[in-house]
Amino acid sequence: MAVSQLIGASIKRREDPQLITGSGSFVEDMPQTAVAHLYVVRSTQAHARILGIETSRAREASGVLAIWTGKDLQPEFQAPLPVTVSFVAEKKYPSMYPIATDRVRYVGEPIAVVVATSRSAAEDAAERLDIRYQSLPVVLDIERALAADSPVLHDEIGSNISYDVKRSAGDIEAAFREAEVRISQRLVQQRLIPVAVEGRGVLAEYKPFANSLTVWSSTQIPHFVKVWLGVILGIPEGKVRVVAQDVGGGFGSKIRVYPEEVLVALASRRLGRPVKWTEDRNENMKATHHGRSQIWDVEIAARRDGTVLGVRATQYLDLGAYCSQFGTFMAIALLIAQGPYKLKAFDGRGVGVFTNRTPTDAYRGAGRPEATYLIERVMDLVAHEVGLDPVEVRRKNFVPAAEQPFANLFGLTYDSGDYNLTLDKALTMVDYPAFRREQAEARKRGKYLGIGFSTYLEICGLGPSAATTPATGIGLWGMSVVNLHFTGKATVIIGSSPHGQGHETTFAQIVGDALGLPLEDIEVVHGDTAIGPMGMNTYGSRSASVDGAAVHLSAVKVREKARKIAAHLLEAAEADVVYESGKAFVKGAPSKSLTIQEITGAAFQPHRLPPGMEGGMEATTFFDPPNFVWPFGAHVALVEVDGETGATRVVRYVAVDDCGTRLNPMVVEGQVHGGIAQGIGQALYEEAVYDEEGQLKTGTLVDYMVPCAPDLPSFETAATITPSPSNPLGVKGIGEAGTIASTPAVINAIVDALQPFGVKDIDMPATPEKVWRLMHQNGGTTR
Amino acid sequence: MRQKVAITINGTRYENEVEPRLLLVYYLREYAGLTGTHVGCDTSNCGACTVDVNGHSVKSCTLFAVQADGAQVTTIEGLAKGKELHPLQQAFWDEHGLQCGYCTPGMIMAARQLLERNGNPTEAEIRSGLEGNLCRCTGYHNIVKAVQAAAKAMAGAEARQPAAAGS
Repeated sequence: MAVSQLIGASIKRREDPQLITGSGSFVEDMPQTAVAHLYVVRSTQAHARILGIETSRAREASGVLAIWTGKDLQPEFQAPLPVTVSFVAEKKYPSMYPIATDRVRYVGEPIAVVVATSRSAAEDAAERLDIRYQSLPVVLDIERALAADSPVLHDEIGSNISYDVKRSAGDIEAAFREAEVRISQRLVQQRLIPVAVEGRGVLAEYKPFANSLTVWSSTQIPHFVKVWLGVILGIPEGKVRVVAQDVGGGFGSKIRVYPEEVLVALASRRLGRPVKWTEDRNENMKATHHGRSQIWDVEIAARRDGTVLGVRATQYLDLGAYCSQFGTFMAIALLIAQGPYKLKAFDGRGVGVFTNRTPTDAYRGAGRPEATYLIERVMDLVAHEVGLDPVEVRRKNFVPAAEQPFANLFGLTYDSGDYNLTLDKALTMVDYPAFRREQAEARKRGKYLGIGFSTYLEICGLGPSAATTPATGIGLWGMSVVNLHFTGKATVIIGSSPHGQGHETTFAQIVGDALGLPLEDIEVVHGDTAIGPMGMNTYGSRSASVDGAAVHLSAVKVREKARKIAAHLLEAAEADVVYESGKAFVKGAPSKSLTIQEITGAAFQPHRLPPGMEGGMEATTFFDPPNFVWPFGAHVALVEVDGETGATRVVRYVAVDDCGTRLNPMVVEGQVHGGIAQGIGQALYEEAVYDEEGQLKTGTLVDYMVPCAPDLPSFETAATITPSPSNPLGVKGIGEAGTIASTPAVINAIVDALQPFGVKDIDMPATPEKVWRLMHQNGGTTR
Repeated sequence: MRQKVAITINGTRYENEVEPRLLLVYYLREYAGLTGTHVGCDTSNCGACTVDVNGHSVKSCTLFAVQADGAQVTTIEGLAKGKELHPLQQAFWDEHGLQCGYCTPGMIMAARQLLERNGNPTEAEIRSGLEGNLCRCTGYHNIVKAVQAAAKAMAGAEARQPAAAGS
């Protein structure tokens, strides 16, 4: 391999010139000739029967092209919206269709669509609909939903329990018999709203005489949307094209095949003209899926020396009103909750529950934040109970580097990692002993400082195909095409579909290194199902390690072909020809050489090729990795709690992440920053709150607190590099690590700050009121 | 019913008859075809639609187009001079101050006003000056760095060219 120059370099993103000048291509920016506008009429009730939708007055409104209720559209759906296995094959769930027909189960569920010549005309007409409901009792609380006398959402299931399963490994009874310390704790993962700054949007154009459908969507998964639009609407897959251009953030919220994608496509088919729908923020807060919404009951068995022997944990997962496409994916937490630690047993139980709230699905981290929160809180709870330093408790329980690769209790194999390495570096950066001295001094002055650790380990890089199939119902792998044009310029097609991650830049870096091409000669294309083979899209921090590796392998195949052609043209033995920096030359005779441009030119003239070789300079790779990748790191939050108001400020935040080889450190650090911010958001600010009737009280950005610039500090980041053996680049994922790590770091820091008040735990978000109440639970007296 | 408006946007005068309820942001996007100004919320919280109206940074979803009648408006499309980027655009690029790029036009427009008012802001001043603009990707870290870098670049440019007016 040529000396690496591009991989590892912080190259500025080629995506940016468009985006900083206002010339991006988001769905809403598409030219709008002859487009009809679709408005989704949504349930205003959390649980009700639809008695009737009277449309005649609305049909008379100006500009209306069509009004359809669920009953009008239902006959055209040849399948329900997809639901994947997602770690719980045992679950029971109802079929969910894009639009309700006779019963609604959450506020925001589609019940009718109005199509008109403008968005405002559609909205005006929708106001003239006469919708009659018969209210049903609502079920909003996870624990109440489980009660035998609870109203039931789905009669065919007979209760609100989708599944109640065990995920256990090791001898938990023995662990508890051996325990000198037992701790019980409830941990709550509040319901979160993802809030990508661009809401969703869909533009569909169906051509009746061709029976072809093109859909532009603000989605993370154009390839899956293509498959399912074909299945649901009965259009051959090859006639469906889905395009994701610029996408304004996803964070998991655009990972599903959504009702509106189907409804807009169907409206275009019915009307024979292009139709678009743009989600407004009020819609987005209730119609785009939510995240987390879990209760965890935890029991810990430990020894007085800080050894954690085993954990019993029940995860109550609020699925919302239906089981979403990856709705049970968060049950992965039960399989990975041991984190980087050597436990003897983990006894897990997962319970999935239906409630009259917006469906939940993946939100940045999807199961790994919950697992990490659990085990990182466990470490601190144990440290607190036995009176040891939380750093020492972690070190005591770490899987030693010498034992890597390490199989966890459930047989998942950690690929590589030295957990002390990142922790040591983080401790140096914060100057731990100095902080403890400062903390002690500050307490004397009535000032409450705290430090919190999170030495996370996470699993990502989806594939491998075989391992992901039982888990998600879909075999996942990486896809790339590297295609050199006649002049030696490259087009690279990738299977992932980015929305801010910078793949056009980083994937060009991979090809640039492998082929010795200048970056400006490499185009990276993504997010268009009409171009190249099927890809597996972007989620789960998978792109670099799976599609990136596929890109590398395709480039290597092209390089090998170039070398063979060069040997033929130079009349040299193949073994004597070396490829380096964009040139093939005969070993020991560098003047006998051909550039990649010259070789590619020959590749398009088959008579110049070695006998039997086909023309062209193209390679396709479907990369199925042998294992997942397991990024890890040490995050440390330093907080100051205001003794008067209970307000918490993150004063410093130190993150040392190991994601293996870093393709572009600037991009990696950007991912870490954004991830940390979202994790701090969960710890301190964000929560979706419903009233007793099931109305979302935090339905606008006035009420739902997304962190602003003044709420956050600048972050201090560093890296160690432990290459992954799971792919030829040695990369791991980094898109979610910040979010996975930061939430427990902040909560651990707050609990640490509140030690003088005897506080052991605090529910998220740790609002000033909650903190203040804890400070005053014993009349405000400190210990 | 419809009302006539004349709005000068990035130096070009636009005249249209619009519904009184049309928000300025939709006028910019749909009548002037300037889609760089984005809509991120309905409640004036996110700032994605920030533009400059008569020298003031304004969330264009809080203003009706008819209220901007006669106004001079600058949008993100009006910042670069040909291929030469505005120092803030350059700095957002250099410092990786954007990821998905959806909030970026509004963020840059808000930062532009911030630097016009205070050419040498502290980190805290930058953070509080951008309080009205939400970004979900960057955690604001590199946005702060970008504004600092732009402030430096703009101060340098002014020192070299003291007579030049601020852009």
